[in-house]
Amino acid sequence: MSLRIVVCVKYVPDATGDRKFADDLTVDRDDVDGLLSELDEYAVEQALQIADEADDAEITVLTVGPEDAKDALRKALSMGADKAVHVEDDDLHGTDVMGTSLVLAKAIEKTGYDLVIAGMASTDGTMGVLPAILAERLGVPQVTLLSEVSVADGVVKGRRDGDTASEQLEASLPAVVSVTDQSGEARYPSFKGIMAAKKKPVESLDLDDLDIDAEEVGLEGAWTKVDSAAERPARTAGTIVKDEGEGGKQLAEYLAGQKFI
Amino acid sequence: MAEVLVYVDHVDGAVRKPTLELLTLARRVGEPVAVALGSGAEATAATLAEHGAVKVLTADAPEFADYLVVPKVDALQAAYEAVSPAAVLVPSSAEGKEIAARLAVRIKSGIITDAVDLEAGDEGPVATQSAFAASYTTKSRVSNGTPVITVKPNSAAVEAAPAAGTVEALTVSFSEKATGTKVVSRTPRESTGRPDLTEAAIVVSGGRGVNGAENFSIIEALADSLGAAVGASRAAVDAGWYPHSNQVGQTGKSVSPQLYIASGISGAIQHRAGMQTSKTIVAINKDAEAPIFDLVDYGVVGDLFDVVPALTEEVKTRKG
Repeated sequence: MSLRIVVCVKYVPDATGDRKFADDLTVDRDDVDGLLSELDEYAVEQALQIADEADDAEITVLTVGPEDAKDALRKALSMGADKAVHVEDDDLHGTDVMGTSLVLAKAIEKTGYDLVIAGMASTDGTMGVLPAILAERLGVPQVTLLSEVSVADGVVKGRRDGDTASEQLEASLPAVVSVTDQSGEARYPSFKGIMAAKKKPVESLDLDDLDIDAEEVGLEGAWTKVDSAAERPARTAGTIVKDEGEGGKQLAEYLAGQKFI
Repeated sequence: MAEVLVYVDHVDGAVRKPTLELLTLARRVGEPVAVALGSGAEATAATLAEHGAVKVLTADAPEFADYLVVPKVDALQAAYEAVSPAAVLVPSSAEGKEIAARLAVRIKSGIITDAVDLEAGDEGPVATQSAFAASYTTKSRVSNGTPVITVKPNSAAVEAAPAAGTVEALTVSFSEKATGTKVVSRTPRESTGRPDLTEAAIVVSGGRGVNGAENFSIIEALADSLGAAVGASRAAVDAGWYPHSNQVGQTGKSVSPQLYIASGISGAIQHRAGMQTSKTIVAINKDAEAPIFDLVDYGVVGDLFDVVPALTEEVKTRKG
């Protein structure tokens, strides 16, 4: 029986660019290039490795986002995912994590799944709660923040390295998994992979296809409201000294002046 | 005055510092009712009472330790239904955020994560957050349901504020899904004797410039002289010089100490995302052009192998 894997990915503004908020206090996507969130590459990689170990597996990569978000899907397809689902709808602009997770959950159910894999967090919002919310919405076990993951005989196992302990976890499929950047280096797409990706199917869905009302998503439907976003004032230029033998001592002097010593 | 639920992060009854900070913030928006779960839950009561908890709801059951996250969500939901609070506050640990998020879905409420400050507002609590590697400061609130807010460590000073802290047993009936993810084994992290990275008042970090696992002893010596935690950049962690649990940055821990000392760290955006909200930033780097110098309050352009040991010696001398 085929193992159906859905990988949730996000198209995010490049962190090395000049990230900003737009006038409506949503993320400004016009002035900075977007790309597949780096942390989601680890999710794609683990999906590919799990699929390799399975007798028969199919990987669907799923995203919710504007037209450009197809770039993130293409990247995942070029790494080796089999097909893609793109949920795109003008009414989605400004959707918060609750709305996004609702859309993802409905799209995952529509696609069909045994295993959902996500990155540990997006590199823009960095909340890190979406995988847990998806598990709650789908009513399946969450096996999250794994630095090691494997699937065999309908059971997913993994290692979660927490603040105070490292835990070995286990759950029956279907389940939602999230992986950290410690799970294993993500592969680069090969030329062959890039060419093959162009022919792979990308299914487009809108809110109607998922039976979601426009009021449940978007800026109006968000359950949180950003009242203000202010650029942090640039730090005032600090004191910089060149070490000519006294650097350590000078620094100690400074720290003592600030009452740290 | 409205009640505010505060989820207690503790290890066998020892309350972790971020929870005490949370009680300070909770008092700004209502009367704190603490929820302590698992082994040692009742032992937390005295500390919580000293810091403002009017009530401490406790529950213990093997499920809390044997299964991941969901049993705790069931318990927090039971507390929510018992109290009808004005807000639910949870420390921003990895597990805390997951518990908060699942509760928010269940009670149909918005969630705000990683708040760095919290105030009462006309339309409910207003949370301050840092966005885009701390290049922005935002103010947000929950506009639907009961605000569920997770708060980062070091966001408030711990204040004593004695309150009744009456202990009450919380009745929890676990959901069918509570036993979905089994914790097969648990290996506690070996203690280094140093403060916890996310809670520490001072963090001393090393990066690529440290140039080898063995050289991290120089960073550790400085940290120990200051009573600080040790951090590492991703480059140092990826090179295998220091454990991932000490990584500061976008994919590691986010820290906000009083003092952050970066040694041999260039200051890539991914690193800045994890330390830019530190109150005072100091850097030591050979490269005068390193981007970290744009952030510092005090910078030394020089070889860390000269500067760091000299600084350590000087700290020891001054501390006598």
